Amino acid sequence: MSSLEAGLLVALVGNPNTGKSTLFNALTGLRQRVGNYPGVTVARKSGTCDLGDGRKAELIDLPGLYSLAAASPDEQVVIDALSGNIAGDRRPDAVLLVVDATNLLRNLFLASQVAELGLPVALVLNQADVAKEQGLRIDTGLLSRRLGGVPVVLTSAWKGEGIAEVRRGLGEALTRRAPMKRVVWPTDIAGALADVTEAASADTGKAITAADAQRLLFDTNPSTADRLGWTAERREKPLRAARDRVRNSGYNPMAAEPLVHYAWLRTALEGVVSEGHGKAGRTAAVDRLLLHRVLGPLLFLGIMLGFFASVFWLAKFPMDWIQTAVDWTKGVVAPPLSAYPMLQSLVADGILGGVGAFLVFLPQILILFLFIGILEDSGYMARAAFIMDRLFSWCGLNGKSFVPMLSGFACAIPSLLSTRTIEDPKARLATAFVVPFMSCSARFPVYALMCAAFIGPLYGPGWESLVMVGMHCVGLVFAVPTAFVLTRLVLKVKPQPFVLELPRYQMPKPRDVVWRMWQNAAEFVSKAGTVIFAITIVVWALSYFPRDASVAERVRAAHPTESAEKVQARVQAAYVEQSYMGRFGKTIQPIFDPLGFDWKITVGVLASFPAREVIVSTLGVTYSVGEGAEADSQDLRRAMQDAKWSEGPRAGRPIFSLAAVLALMVFFALCSQCGPTIATLAQETGGWKWAAGSFVYMTTLAWLVSMAVYQVVIRLT
Amino acid sequence: MTPLSQLLPGQFGKLASLNPERGVDQRLMALGLLPGMVLKLVRKAPLGDPLAIEFGGQVVSLRLAEAENLIVDVAADCPIQRPRQP
Ligand SMILES: Nc1nc2c(ncn2[C@@H]2O[C@H](COP(=O)(O)OP(=O)(O)OP(=O)(O)O)[C@@H](O)[C@H]2O)c(=O)[nH]1
Ligand SMILES: [Mg+2]
Repeated sequence: MSSLEAGLLVALVGNPNTGKSTLFNALTGLRQRVGNYPGVTVARKSGTCDLGDGRKAELIDLPGLYSLAAASPDEQVVIDALSGNIAGDRRPDAVLLVVDATNLLRNLFLASQVAELGLPVALVLNQADVAKEQGLRIDTGLLSRRLGGVPVVLTSAWKGEGIAEVRRGLGEALTRRAPMKRVVWPTDIAGALADVTEAASADTGKAITAADAQRLLFDTNPSTADRLGWTAERREKPLRAARDRVRNSGYNPMAAEPLVHYAWLRTALEGVVSEGHGKAGRTAAVDRLLLHRVLGPLLFLGIMLGFFASVFWLAKFPMDWIQTAVDWTKGVVAPPLSAYPMLQSLVADGILGGVGAFLVFLPQILILFLFIGILEDSGYMARAAFIMDRLFSWCGLNGKSFVPMLSGFACAIPSLLSTRTIEDPKARLATAFVVPFMSCSARFPVYALMCAAFIGPLYGPGWESLVMVGMHCVGLVFAVPTAFVLTRLVLKVKPQPFVLELPRYQMPKPRDVVWRMWQNAAEFVSKAGTVIFAITIVVWALSYFPRDASVAERVRAAHPTESAEKVQARVQAAYVEQSYMGRFGKTIQPIFDPLGFDWKITVGVLASFPAREVIVSTLGVTYSVGEGAEADSQDLRRAMQDAKWSEGPRAGRPIFSLAAVLALMVFFALCSQCGPTIATLAQETGGWKWAAGSFVYMTTLAWLVSMAVYQVVIRLT
Repeated sequence: MTPLSQLLPGQFGKLASLNPERGVDQRLMALGLLPGMVLKLVRKAPLGDPLAIEFGGQVVSLRLAEAENLIVDVAADCPIQRPRQP
């Protein structure tokens, strides 16, 4: 989106996890995702903010960063936005700096770097509620004077406190256009910066800003030089000379910037913050428990197990209600349509049987996202990464890979975007490649169906939860060696640092958690109405047609003595077997025979390549068409339990044996069955090569492992 | 003078030197970890690596290997002094 020609453009800049997106939401009325860990926002988003004086400004929410010496793509977005380097964006008219009021010194380092850009600035001290709780009192007037008179506002963005003042402060900054006071450089560093400015502008013919000169002098990362078009040969000598000048004055050129800024900031902050009596945070105490050497990992496992167990019993009743509603609808809608058998079958078997089977899982999805929302908002995400780091570091994964991998348990797509927080391009690629292995929420209904239909009834609820946990680990178990091979042998990634801020714990905010549940529920339902619906109709049509009356006659002639009901069942089965779907499925089935899949599962697996959840609705359709619309509406679970092989060496035995059930779940755990993931992977890795590689690799792996599981388990049982 | 990696959980130290040429150290400096800063090794992860260190009111994770180049001065007045484990 391009900014309005004449309108005002304001960038939100600050450290990660300070509440920029929360403030953005409060100012614009939009709903950007927020969460209590660094790196939630990874791309720019814009909205309109009313300044309260008749003016409006376009506000852009940006990823968080600690320093303008940016290294990762998400940080680079901020640099580009600030320098007007993003296509369609100008340089912003002002910067709204968001800082954490409980840690002014660290947060103001970035602020004082931004001051060097010379843009008008308004300073927001957010999380004032926490600062107050800790007994910190902040003299905003004094801080404002020390920083050259820039507006300073204390807010609690989450509670909506101080938002009007932010609008006013921003308006003031835009009107007065007063920049923030800048750090005073020691003479020799100032001299070195002047030398760099001169050399760079002579070589490139461009105007070099003070901020540009600092990036050129202090950073090893060449992104600023590249943007200015200062080539490596031309810049090498003048930069070396300038850095020598800094070194001769007693500063290491790589440390000069933070040293000078922090020294200056300490003086600027003198007397600004006074510590009164406050409660010490509970974070340290909670960490003592959750990160305990023994209890920590046990609690981690316990939380997971408890969660999967609770999903089943919490979701049981709502699921039954939905099932009852679907059956009731079927009972109301189907009989009047009996004069039109085709329409009746479309509605009862296709739409209600297929989409209904899928919708039943809505309560479980809600509970899953309740859990994920609590994990993300409480501050546990970064701790989970901390506990697990050792298990992954040997395979060369970046410390920052865990957050995308953990959030991959919700959905791969936002997780692929969040790999942008990783600096090293190769490490980013390796992480993006393994993210789709994480057991996303779309796999959940598949496991849940299989566990509820087979594992639970046969082995009891304990095994049901254990198998659910196990299935969620399968992807991880294969992701780690895959990452090892990729990082060590193929891409040769250098070991990556793991400097991750462990945020303070907070009570998960019901509003944010409910919003996350609501958003995902809406997505789930709209998926039912679109992709699932469309594929279901196609699958229904293919398993309904052709319908030649001769088929029924032949069945009746072959079984003259059986009851009418039994014959009717045989007729329906015969129709499905000779449908396009049946013929096609039986032709393809040999490929999946070593995995123990019959032709119906085979069809379901093939139909699930665009979106893996489709398997649930496809099985729903094929099993209910097979029974006929008149059949007593048993749910899919029962139909699957009763399914038997009708021919071949396994004739008469149940199709869904333990071996086949496990093989099917493992197949879905590993197979690449999500169109949008492939597209996002292509977008994030800059081409189809890696996306195609991922598809082939995951699908082949899924077939092999699933086959091995089937062949082993069938021999053991 | 001890590498930070040899501190015990709960032990304090004053940062004596780091290596500004390294990317990790540059990140830490941006967070305010500069020579002279007092820091605390809060704990080690259950598997012994990484470490959680606290300085300037924030807790940050750091791998053992990265902590080897950070030299700290375990001053006599540092609150917790336990005998070094073998
Ligand atoms: N107590 C309190 N918490 C807040 C406040 N503002 C935001 N938060 C919480 O701080 C966390 C981070 O908020 P975000 O808005 O996602 O922060 P961000 O700066 O956009 O973070 P990144 O996108 O990761 O850079 C969330 O859990 C918020 O609920 C506040 O005023 N008070
Ligand atoms: Mg954000």
